Amino acid sequence: MPGIIIRNGRIIDPSQSLDKVTSLLIEDGKIAAIGSEVNATVKEIDATGKIIAPGLVDAHVQLREPGFEEDETIESGTSAAINGGFTSIACLPNTSPTTDTQAQVQFIQQKASQADNCHVFVIACVSKNREGQELAEMGILTKAGAVAFSDAPNPLGKTDLFRRALEYSRMFDVPILDHPEIPELSQSGIMHSGAISMVLGLSGMHPDSEELATGRDLRLAETTGARLHLMDISTEGSVELIRRAKGRGVNVTSEICIANLYLTDEIMRTFDSNYKVNPPLRSQLHIDACITGLQDGTIDVITSGHAPRASEKKMTELDQAPFGMSQIEITLGLAISNLVVPGHLDYPTLISKLSTNPAKALKLDKGTLAVGAAADVTIIDPDVLWEVDPNKFTSLSTNTPFSGLKLTGRADTVIVDGEIKLQR
Amino acid sequence: MKVAETDSAVGISPVPDTWQRRHLLGLEELSKDDILTLLQTAVELKAATGGCRDKLSILKGKTVANMFFENSTRTRNSFSLAARRLGADTVEFSASSSSLSKGETLIDTAKTIEAMNVDAMVVRHSTPGSPHLLSENVNCSILNAGDGPHEHPTQGMLDIMTIYEQRGTLEGLTVAMVGDITYSRTARSNIWGLKQLGAHVIVCGPSTLVSKAWENFGVEVSHSLDEIVPRCDVLNLLRIQFERQYTRPFPSVREYAFLYGMNRKRMEQAKDDILIMAPGPINRGVEITPDVADGPHSVILHQVTNGIAVRMAALYLTISTNKRS
Repeated sequence: MPGIIIRNGRIIDPSQSLDKVTSLLIEDGKIAAIGSEVNATVKEIDATGKIIAPGLVDAHVQLREPGFEEDETIESGTSAAINGGFTSIACLPNTSPTTDTQAQVQFIQQKASQADNCHVFVIACVSKNREGQELAEMGILTKAGAVAFSDAPNPLGKTDLFRRALEYSRMFDVPILDHPEIPELSQSGIMHSGAISMVLGLSGMHPDSEELATGRDLRLAETTGARLHLMDISTEGSVELIRRAKGRGVNVTSEICIANLYLTDEIMRTFDSNYKVNPPLRSQLHIDACITGLQDGTIDVITSGHAPRASEKKMTELDQAPFGMSQIEITLGLAISNLVVPGHLDYPTLISKLSTNPAKALKLDKGTLAVGAAADVTIIDPDVLWEVDPNKFTSLSTNTPFSGLKLTGRADTVIVDGEIKLQR
Repeated sequence: MKVAETDSAVGISPVPDTWQRRHLLGLEELSKDDILTLLQTAVELKAATGGCRDKLSILKGKTVANMFFENSTRTRNSFSLAARRLGADTVEFSASSSSLSKGETLIDTAKTIEAMNVDAMVVRHSTPGSPHLLSENVNCSILNAGDGPHEHPTQGMLDIMTIYEQRGTLEGLTVAMVGDITYSRTARSNIWGLKQLGAHVIVCGPSTLVSKAWENFGVEVSHSLDEIVPRCDVLNLLRIQFERQYTRPFPSVREYAFLYGMNRKRMEQAKDDILIMAPGPINRGVEITPDVADGPHSVILHQVTNGIAVRMAALYLTISTNKRS
């Protein structure tokens, strides 16, 4: 494989606290050098005005295959990931059959390897068939390559099972991922519970539902000493609970979906089911608290929360429509436009949330440009203005309300293991 | 302004230029002018039809489809009569006998009905926003006949018309909506319409069914019927929507009637000219005792008649606007 030299770009690698304009050399699929010149015949990329980041890592993606190929396949989902600038993704176990056996883990790995787009890391089920009753075979699944365990997007409802899962997971040093929600406080909910849901007559999902679960999860992580990763944080109370737990040294990381960082429940006045997501779009108060949480490190990770759904499933009554947005191809643009441009986060912090931290949370050998590491690189054009066109998505699903939205910044070049997968 | 020939009928004003709506989805988005136009048109149509009895021909050649995805007797019949009084044909459609039970989507069902050259669809659905979804996917007029707990604009307007007929104005009146506010589309439509016309609105009921957040919208929130009764010009007694509640918001019907039932004893505390209203169907002995429901202050049956007037107005205004655009 010919080497690649990327010149004149601003290299930002939070894993080595690096932020400077210099060159990056890739050889044999690995990062060979930073800042040194070479004379060998290599491909040159001029990254003037661009940011060179460790390949982005998305810790929360639904790939939908097997079982729901009308929404997304492993091939289309990984291709969409590349289009969005992600070189690694972790996929949720809500397939059919669910990812609760060695065979299912290997199926996903094999399909991902055939697709040959980005790296795919498998999140397997905590409970058999995601039913929340019996533990899945964590030991065998870990051996097969599962990097984490979760019943997401369902919450881990039964507290005794959850506690046992945390205790058991310690043997394998794998994180348990929970979508914190007490179902009886959010059942049949369509949107955030507040003045807007009251006016619209739509069932609300109260912050209490998330915060009680967050509190429970943190307590269980503290007493078991296991690794907990809280998914889908969206409320002021959750941020505060996590902040305090981290202060006590609880082994917890947390993530937030990009949609929950700038859209408010006010938008549900459109009755557009594309805005129906879980956790729901909340009020500005919650968004402000979550942004503070990102700034002070309480929230470690930003995810796409990619939830592709075929249009016939979404073009229906609000209570029938499933949760979720097809987001992975616009997450980076949304993050730059709504978090960096307004001055909430700087680029090094954003890249840590989109690459270094998710890799750490899932203990992946990713999210770094250290010499010798696999050459997963995302070159970001931070200034390019572009318009969201769902018809150009490589995802099979176009369930996004953002058609025509103008965004700043996107991935310009994506390199996986030294191979250029995308170059605009 | 130009008036199409079928619009002309004795005593009916042409659709004013300020009315630009080809759908009627809710009262919240209507301006004060819009609400006055609806009210004025309803009053005129009621007069022109001899109290909603006689037939006009201002919607002759038009077709109105009743699409009720949720049970209804009075609203459905009221819309049917309203359409026929204006000379329109009606098509009846109900969820149980439809292709919905064969797996057809809501949008496809509506498009199929529309292809039968329908000019307006009257839509009732248990999910808020469903008429809005249809309005973005069909070309005919959509009239919301109740979308879950969200809005029921013609019910709101017929309540307002009934008060207007009795009092000549809404300005400065104190109107209380009593009971299940959380699950009531009637309450919401009333709130928006009454506020636009200058009434003071109180929502009163158990704290599990009356959100404090209504105060953000300039509405008074009360949990004591006894406290508000002496101050009210109008009491609108809502039915408990048992079918929409996932968990029972109060301990028993007996306790509800004890706290929020309108009875003779509470009537003694009321103003002499208080109006008692109920959107129906009424549960005698729960939100209202029979002597109050049938008593001299009750205008419940006027509401039913005015329902036809308001629905004639809504059909006439929206269909005329759609034709114009």
